[in-house]
Amino acid sequence: MKTNDMIIQFTAKIVFFIIFFFAIHIFLAGHYTPGGGFVGGLLASSAIVLLVLAFDIKTVRTVIPVNYTTLIGIGLLLALATAAFPMFKGDPFFTHYFDYFTLPLIGKTSLHTAMLFDTGVFLVVVGVTMTIIQTIGEDE
Amino acid sequence: MNNFLLLPIIIPFFFGMILLFGQKSLRFQRGGAMIGLIISFACAVALLFKVKNDGVQTVTFGGWPEPFGITMVSDMVSALLVTTTLLLAIFIVWYGFNSIGTAREHFYYYPAIMMILTGVNGAFTTGDIFNLFVFFEVLLMASYVLIVLGGTKKQLAGSIKYILINVISSALFVISVAYLYSVVGTLNMADIALKIAEVNQPGIITTIAVLFLLVFGLKAAIFPLYFWLPTSYAAAPPPVLALFGALLTKVGVYAIMRTYTLFFIHDLSYTHELLLWLSVLTIIAGCIGALAYFDIKQIIIYNIVIAVGVILFGVAQMNEDGLTGAMFYLIHDMIIKAALFMLIGIIVYKTGTTDLRKMGGLMRSSPVLGWFYLIAAFGLAGIPPLSGFVGKLLIAKGGFEAGNLGTSIFILASSLLVLLSVIRIFIYAFWGEEQPTKPILSKKQTTQLFIPTAIVIIISIAYGVGAEWLTPFMNDAGKTLADPSIYIDAVFKGE
Repeated sequence: MKTNDMIIQFTAKIVFFIIFFFAIHIFLAGHYTPGGGFVGGLLASSAIVLLVLAFDIKTVRTVIPVNYTTLIGIGLLLALATAAFPMFKGDPFFTHYFDYFTLPLIGKTSLHTAMLFDTGVFLVVVGVTMTIIQTIGEDE
Repeated sequence: MNNFLLLPIIIPFFFGMILLFGQKSLRFQRGGAMIGLIISFACAVALLFKVKNDGVQTVTFGGWPEPFGITMVSDMVSALLVTTTLLLAIFIVWYGFNSIGTAREHFYYYPAIMMILTGVNGAFTTGDIFNLFVFFEVLLMASYVLIVLGGTKKQLAGSIKYILINVISSALFVISVAYLYSVVGTLNMADIALKIAEVNQPGIITTIAVLFLLVFGLKAAIFPLYFWLPTSYAAAPPPVLALFGALLTKVGVYAIMRTYTLFFIHDLSYTHELLLWLSVLTIIAGCIGALAYFDIKQIIIYNIVIAVGVILFGVAQMNEDGLTGAMFYLIHDMIIKAALFMLIGIIVYKTGTTDLRKMGGLMRSSPVLGWFYLIAAFGLAGIPPLSGFVGKLLIAKGGFEAGNLGTSIFILASSLLVLLSVIRIFIYAFWGEEQPTKPILSKKQTTQLFIPTAIVIIISIAYGVGAEWLTPFMNDAGKTLADPSIYIDAVFKGE
């Protein structure tokens, strides 16, 4: 008899979004509370892994058509660019800048370039985790 | 504020990332790798002259005050090593074009090389003990990739041993740093040196010194800890072997050099005496290995062990002559090991075997290769005016000055065994009856391999003949090593 995994597929679709948004929350909260790029990235990839478990690697690849190796490259470039940008201004490597901005809807917010570096970390962590899982998963 | 000293680290890193894209385009991969190496080499040379003219260069990340941020320090020692590393990398990558095989080139061979260079240059430049650990991991991760890439049975067997031993030594490294941090409360190398000088190196610091010797000794392959090196290195394909033989153990040697001239200098009669005897035993063990084998790869690999012993013997003298000699010999050894591994790579590609007893008569079919091999062999043994001479002379002089008469004479005598071990290759492979060969690469390909090899050998000859021009650089390096206050003052120049 063919097994029917309706329930897990239905639950996974909803839970995926809950985990993914929690990952984004953890990622954005990293500056003032526990969290940051690394945990955020791990959580985001665990959301994708849940989809892989409920469906299969091929389906997930059509739903999220991302080449994870490229993602690693982009993340690394973003991190290096953030770190190297101060060199062009004459400041030491890895100097970070921040300021307060008044944004529409959110209001007065402090924005920090450490955020961009963390985005790089986030992308690299997702890329590496997913590359490992996909490569092992596809291995015959 | 001076970011220039970071360029030889950042540029290979940047090109490594760029090469992650365009995996299938050989022209992009090769061209990108070559351009990256040449640009970073140019920066390294410029840095070398800047350090020569303006003194030690430092930068602290993020503009933090000195002991709190990660400081990168480029003194003469590190500038020389970085320049040599990038120079050799250019020729080894060139050598790889015709021998590594397109399957490997399509699978992140060049990004791994770029990352290994990032790690090596970073480890040579950093002024923070934990950052040193991170750069060690960067270069080790990349070296794991390079050693296993291709996935032949021999490579897999060699890489298991290699990874296992390095994971253990990295864990020990973290533990040693944790001990050191709990005693002195700082990670900045200049600050550690100051704090240790304040408490005048009590017993616990000496214990940590021995722990560090254990850690870096595992990476550098000193006497009781060199057991992993022969089998794991023999697994790597020739271009990778040349890269490893020229660079990787030297990072461990550099780390011992740095810690034993900057931190642990208040109990010389224990720490440096230990280093001295270990280096002598390393040379003996290396000589036994180099003479015992009929496998050409193993003979040269055991010569790495011998060279590590000679360099550390120079460091153990703790006087300016010994340290300058150690620097001279370190750079010489990087160049000559790259040249020798490239040469025996060609011999293996020509004959299809690594067993000396199955070779012979190569002199008739390739005389130029034979003469270049002979020059490299004499250079390794230190016959004047070739490159190994000045370094070993200064090391022996330093040894005599420090009153280590017997061991210094032993160092000089060990050169004879080194010469014997490499001349055996010459006698077996180049003289005698011609033997049937099973060439792995075509004649045209081996000729193309020979060009970068010949250039490296010519560089090594120039290094020996032009020692006079290099002496000011080497003297600066020796002075910085012999007098830690130069390093410490450069880092804390603001106060």
